Amino acid sequence: METKNIMIVGVGGQGTLLTSRILGNMTRKAGYDVKISEVHGMAQRGGSVVTYVRYGDNVAEPIVEEGCADVLIAFERLEALRYAHFLKKDGVLIVNDVRMDPMPVAIGAAKYPENIIEDLSKKYKVISLDAKEEAIKLGNARVFNTIIIGVAAKRMDFDRDMWVEVIKETVKPKTVDINVKAFNLGFDFM
Amino acid sequence: MSKMADTQQIMLGNAAIARGAYEAGVKVSAAYPGTPSTEISENLVQYKDELYCEWSPNEKVAMEVAIGASFHGVRAMASMKHVGVNVASDPLYTIAYSGVNGGLVIVAADDPGLYSSQNEQDSRMVARAAMVPVIEPSDSEEARVFTKRAFEISEKYDTPVMIRTTTRLAHSQCLVNLEERQDIPDKPYEKNIRKNVMMPAMAKARHLIVEQRMKKLSDDGYDLDLNRVEYNDKKIGVITSGIPYQYVKEVLPDASVLKLGLVHPLPKKLIEEFASKVDTLYIVEELEPVIEEQVKSWGIKCIGKEILTVQGEYSANMLRKAILKQELDIEPAADVPARPPILCPGCPHRSVYHVLKKLKKHAAGDIGCYTLGAVAPLEVVETSVCMGSSISTLHGLEKAKGSEYVKDWVACIGDSTFLHTGVNSLMNMVYNKATGTVIIMDNSTTGMTGHQDHAATGKTLMGDDTYMIDIYNLCKAMGIEHVVEVDAFDMKKLEEVIKEETARDAVSVIIAKSLCALHKDFVPKGKCKVDTEKCKKCGMCMQSACPAIHKDKDGFAQIDPTMCNGCSHCLQCCPFGAITLTEN
Repeated sequence: METKNIMIVGVGGQGTLLTSRILGNMTRKAGYDVKISEVHGMAQRGGSVVTYVRYGDNVAEPIVEEGCADVLIAFERLEALRYAHFLKKDGVLIVNDVRMDPMPVAIGAAKYPENIIEDLSKKYKVISLDAKEEAIKLGNARVFNTIIIGVAAKRMDFDRDMWVEVIKETVKPKTVDINVKAFNLGFDFM
Repeated sequence: MSKMADTQQIMLGNAAIARGAYEAGVKVSAAYPGTPSTEISENLVQYKDELYCEWSPNEKVAMEVAIGASFHGVRAMASMKHVGVNVASDPLYTIAYSGVNGGLVIVAADDPGLYSSQNEQDSRMVARAAMVPVIEPSDSEEARVFTKRAFEISEKYDTPVMIRTTTRLAHSQCLVNLEERQDIPDKPYEKNIRKNVMMPAMAKARHLIVEQRMKKLSDDGYDLDLNRVEYNDKKIGVITSGIPYQYVKEVLPDASVLKLGLVHPLPKKLIEEFASKVDTLYIVEELEPVIEEQVKSWGIKCIGKEILTVQGEYSANMLRKAILKQELDIEPAADVPARPPILCPGCPHRSVYHVLKKLKKHAAGDIGCYTLGAVAPLEVVETSVCMGSSISTLHGLEKAKGSEYVKDWVACIGDSTFLHTGVNSLMNMVYNKATGTVIIMDNSTTGMTGHQDHAATGKTLMGDDTYMIDIYNLCKAMGIEHVVEVDAFDMKKLEEVIKEETARDAVSVIIAKSLCALHKDFVPKGKCKVDTEKCKKCGMCMQSACPAIHKDKDGFAQIDPTMCNGCSHCLQCCPFGAITLTEN
């Protein structure tokens, strides 16, 4: 199989590392070679963060190059725009439709771009949803990323049951039920 | 599960180094946390029933702990980030002369691209100067295997060995094979003063041995299993190592490659032979042209930094453009506002900087999350060099400009950094009659690197309770009369104390204390909320850049309840009493 390239981008603290762990465990369970690359340290303090997941028969480099991502998962709109050029021409962009102002915007030194989703939809296949809102309805705002994984899972090569199994194995035992609910909600979205 | 699954795991490069050290029978490991090296010790501690590991107060201490263990015949390791190697370089340069008894491995984690560092130095340069062999793996599995080989080489050649990693290797995961821990018996301690006491006469003799050892290792590098020649099409040949090897394989799958695992000393004969068999030779290495300059000095024609940069990380696309001269059909990146890291909601450093800014004080800064006090809109931290430097640079500016001048300045340093090297600098202030004010921003942890314990937290890396060094009494014991502890969120009191202490003609220390909001033991007091009836849209609550606060579409301040940690900083900033704290 040709190597598949997945990227997860967001704001430090949003849980991109948990998401990549679930993806990594999933691809491993499916028997693929996998490489994951992530950001630790200073950027995790509210900075722009990016995680790469690559899987296939034989993966060399651990990062996804510009113009090569099959799926780009963005936990925030501005971050979707920042990394959109990493997508392949026929790549899928999944966006958590929320706005988090970076400090230059908050202090008035820069403007938050308007119509991000509309503009990106002209170039890429975009699926957007306010997963945070949905997660709050489920009772825990933090599981928004599992909803997004659900949305992405439907566009990937693995069996639904296997995903659920991996989520059960990866998240904290106390949060298994709500994470499985969140995943199912995402998977059944669109 | 298949049989393979039992012996394979997806691991971070750092976890794999820990695994390799465990399998190699390491018995003592010491480190000071630093991105991208921290997870080595954090992973090693899972094997604590079979080995000893610790957080030392700094890298020099960590290195010397490992050296002591090696002297007495057990395998030992010290791991640190690249700038930590500078701190540890004093013992490093000299232990290269003495050599080892038990295998001694130093992990140096470089940070090309500066993800979380103050410079982009190349540890291979330090190792060359110190005459220490360097081994460089290309993925997690190699990190495990090479770590084991590093211990063997260390013992075989009687030398400390450096494993050089980079952020990309340290923080990438791939499948790793697991093997059993080797049973390595302790070697007997042998009194050998000529080898282990480096006085001039002994060191003079040892220097010769070091030169011979490096020459032998270079010769043996010809058929050392760490180096690998992959002959394919011979029009293009590439010499590479570490993570760049992966980019080379992506871009030039048909080229011939000499993959170096031992990057210092270089296997000269092997390189000469490889170079003679390929038409065009490229050298692909991140950061400094360490391999390239040596190869060129032997009269071998090759291409390296003429077309490749010494800055940042490499990528496959970069090689496609530089080597293959490909024009890539890639959308340009969108022009979007940057998202720099910021202090977290509920961060106790915020209030200190807010008050300093209000009082128009300048801060000599240090290394930690609180370096973010330099970022807009706070911009209070005006200088920052290295661990512990805040206090000594404050002292220097006072000696340059006088005791009136220093009244407008303070040093800002975290608790872990204070214990790392700040203590020495504070001692110097007392000794040399300074009058400046030092603020120890004590959040009771090593924050930036992900909450490691230190000498003042009362816990060891192995999870045991221990004596908690009392920073207040430590300062008192140095003879500082004016040491004041303040709740970091009590801005009124902070203002009072900072005014009083900076005005004083004596050294003073203010300990601004409150637990890091990301610490596992942190319990938020509640949530803050804006009453839009009372909010006048003045923006005062947003002046210290709390990421939980933003303006709603009507311009009123709004606090995101999922982010707020209830620290009440904004509440104290609001002149109209529009913010209230709902306690848990």
